[in-house]
Amino acid sequence: MRINLSGVVVDDQQRALQFYTETLGFRVKHNIPMGEHAWITVVSPEAPEGTELVLEPAGHPAVIPFRKALVEDGIPYTSFAVDDVEAEHERLVAEGVRFVQPPTDLGTVVTAVFDDTCGNLIQIMEEKAQP
Amino acid sequence: MPYTYRVDIYRAIADRTRRAILDELVDRSGQSLFELCGRLIMKHGISSSRQAISQHLDVLEAAGLIRTRREGRSKLHWFVGAPLKAIGERWPVSTDEDTSHSTDEDIEK
Repeated sequence: MRINLSGVVVDDQQRALQFYTETLGFRVKHNIPMGEHAWITVVSPEAPEGTELVLEPAGHPAVIPFRKALVEDGIPYTSFAVDDVEAEHERLVAEGVRFVQPPTDLGTVVTAVFDDTCGNLIQIMEEKAQP
Repeated sequence: MPYTYRVDIYRAIADRTRRAILDELVDRSGQSLFELCGRLIMKHGISSSRQAISQHLDVLEAAGLIRTRREGRSKLHWFVGAPLKAIGERWPVSTDEDTSHSTDEDIEK
């Protein structure tokens, strides 16, 4: 068994597509119109055959209070791995991305949390080399 | 008549977890509950639930030691030192005495 899909629920799929590709740098893998919405997945250019991230429309009514509560407490529900959190933070801030938590050294990892502009907080995490 | 808070300052700082929360907010102002919980686990070994930390934050806020503000859709927390002045005013420190004191780290040893 393998994990092939994970998802983020987004307010607006087209805006999300723009943010996840142009700002974050992911690539579109699937973009299939399905009536009102579309089946959109993106992948990392570092792993084009790897896990796909589904940009899921926020259609279900339960999604709204769930996401609101997570964002209120600053909880990222999705995390991406990066080699250098400081460098990514600098790059994304220059792109106008708002961070709710700047790079923070927590001992074994460095993390930061940003707003994806589509209703989610996303964590980036760098695993530090063990001494 | 000075403003009085709902929770007195002595009760607020009588708890090790609440002191650690203040330490972390002094280290960086404007943290979410998520960030604070992460720092408490990783830096202090305090693995209380988010619910428990949230209740500690309520006590600190009621004592006037933290203030909260919304940024975007997130609730962030700030340290406010002003209520601590009451302690120094009540028991002033004269300039010629030894001011070394014990910290949480000394107590744990």
